[in-house]
Amino acid sequence: MTDITESAGARPVSHQAPLAVDLTGIHKNFGHVRAVDGVDIKIASGEIVAILGPNGAGKTSTIDIILGLSNPSAGQVSVLGMQPRQAINRGLISAVMQTGGLLKDLTVAETVEYTASLFASSESTGEVLSRAGITDIADRRVGKCSGGEQQRLRFALALLPDPELLVLDEPTTGMDVEGRRTFWSAIRKDAEQGRTVLFATHYLEEADAYADRIVLLRHGKIVADGTAAQIKAMAAGRTVRATLPGATEAMLREMPGAEEVEVRGDSVLIHSKDSDATARCLLTTTPARDLEIIARGIEDAFLALTGDDTQDSAATTGASR
Amino acid sequence: MTTTPAISPDLSGRRTPSLGGFNLVALRLEIRRLLRNRRTVIITMVFPVFFFLIFGLNKAYANDKVGHGNVAAFVMISLALYGAVFAATSGGALVSIERAQGWSRQLRLTPLAPPAYITMKVLTALVLGAGSVAVVYIAGVATNKASMPTYLWVVTGLSVWVGSLLFAAFGLFMGYLLPTENVMQIMSLILTLLSFAGGLFIPLSQFPHAVQTIAKWTPLYGLNQLVHTPLLGNGVDWTWVVNVLVWLAIFAGGAIWRMRKDTARV
Repeated sequence: MTDITESAGARPVSHQAPLAVDLTGIHKNFGHVRAVDGVDIKIASGEIVAILGPNGAGKTSTIDIILGLSNPSAGQVSVLGMQPRQAINRGLISAVMQTGGLLKDLTVAETVEYTASLFASSESTGEVLSRAGITDIADRRVGKCSGGEQQRLRFALALLPDPELLVLDEPTTGMDVEGRRTFWSAIRKDAEQGRTVLFATHYLEEADAYADRIVLLRHGKIVADGTAAQIKAMAAGRTVRATLPGATEAMLREMPGAEEVEVRGDSVLIHSKDSDATARCLLTTTPARDLEIIARGIEDAFLALTGDDTQDSAATTGASR
Repeated sequence: MTTTPAISPDLSGRRTPSLGGFNLVALRLEIRRLLRNRRTVIITMVFPVFFFLIFGLNKAYANDKVGHGNVAAFVMISLALYGAVFAATSGGALVSIERAQGWSRQLRLTPLAPPAYITMKVLTALVLGAGSVAVVYIAGVATNKASMPTYLWVVTGLSVWVGSLLFAAFGLFMGYLLPTENVMQIMSLILTLLSFAGGLFIPLSQFPHAVQTIAKWTPLYGLNQLVHTPLLGNGVDWTWVVNVLVWLAIFAGGAIWRMRKDTARV
């Protein structure tokens, strides 16, 4: 398997249309904390991309920078070929944020009407209410709406300017399973019309189910960037174990697919992203015997990629190579 | 920052709103919101009229002559100022509630520019303030007690209304300073104290000398003196003007300072 960062980058990108999102060398420091530590993300028009990572990985900080809500400490950000604020002023980006953001004393319809009035041109109130599935609660005070209903109202607001790029920051936090499903089916339906969608989540299954591409963040760095299948394969990985007297680590590192190697007496352990190739090479070119291939569970592997232990250094170097 | 690349042709058709997003639909909704708040309506419309009926119509002094009119007219102006100041502060303080509820952040995802946002808040405050002045003056007309030449009704009413802008700035400053949904409870207390110190309820001459001296430095004192000047016909003392200008500079400067900080951080 080729390096997945490269394969993601090799995706055909039209040079006529500007990238929906173009982050280069983004850093964001809060005091001594490096919330975002050198992130490069390029998203082409029409992609559906998930930023996946545990809490505190830098997802919200990255999204705030894309939306122009905060300025990066270093690096360059461009959205649809312009500064975030310029894109927002033209109604090209909109966002559904995690919580808050609504006035309790307005009704659902009034909130939409108010927001619509701020754009140079917008969809009609009735249209976005119906697309977000909240037409029946139009006259309800926002303060009396459930969490899921408020989230669909935020989605309705985000649809108003008919944006090129829709950004969602952990949009389903606090929703029940049913609310989550309804919400995502609305987003999915909307994205079919070619809108670029970027969402942050800490649910692996959400990223897997709804994104074409996943950017995995950990401690403010990108640890992987590729399709769900690529991420899974990479995260899953396998360990090849065999008895091979006299082996050296240097020699094992030459094996195809080898990422991390270890020699324990006569036993060798090779963590490999292509266990078949590693095993074939071991069996055909060396006197290795008692060969075993041990698979890691996907969840374990995901934790290894995003977790705090140092076991994942191979994966990190693998992705940033 | 980087130089901005040319905007590609298919996106250049997307316009930005004129006037930074300022518009009458939003303004109408802002006013409706404020009127929906029973507390605000009671403080800015019901209280001033109620106080006027109690204090302004007292037979003991209501018809006594003061300047070009009578005491009832004097009290009416004071209470119109009280209502308008509360209204202006409430309008400005909406910012606080909106920050507490996260609405300010939501607005930053729209083209609405901060000056347009502030303008809408101030205009909302002014519309409510006009309502306060109007109901008190209508009470004055209806009870047939307040007496002054017709042009003074217009001049004092407008002075009170325009003067209340000082407190729109105060409300904005406090709104940015105190990010809480209960900001108006705190403000009500502060404004009531300032109203006493400004001489809106009781003539300052009835306070001990030390209190009078301090009171002259408070933000409602100068404004209260100025809005009564046309009725009293006693000329303007330059210290009143200085009082108003200095407090205006403090409130407006403070609001701009906090607003800049706010937009940098959120």
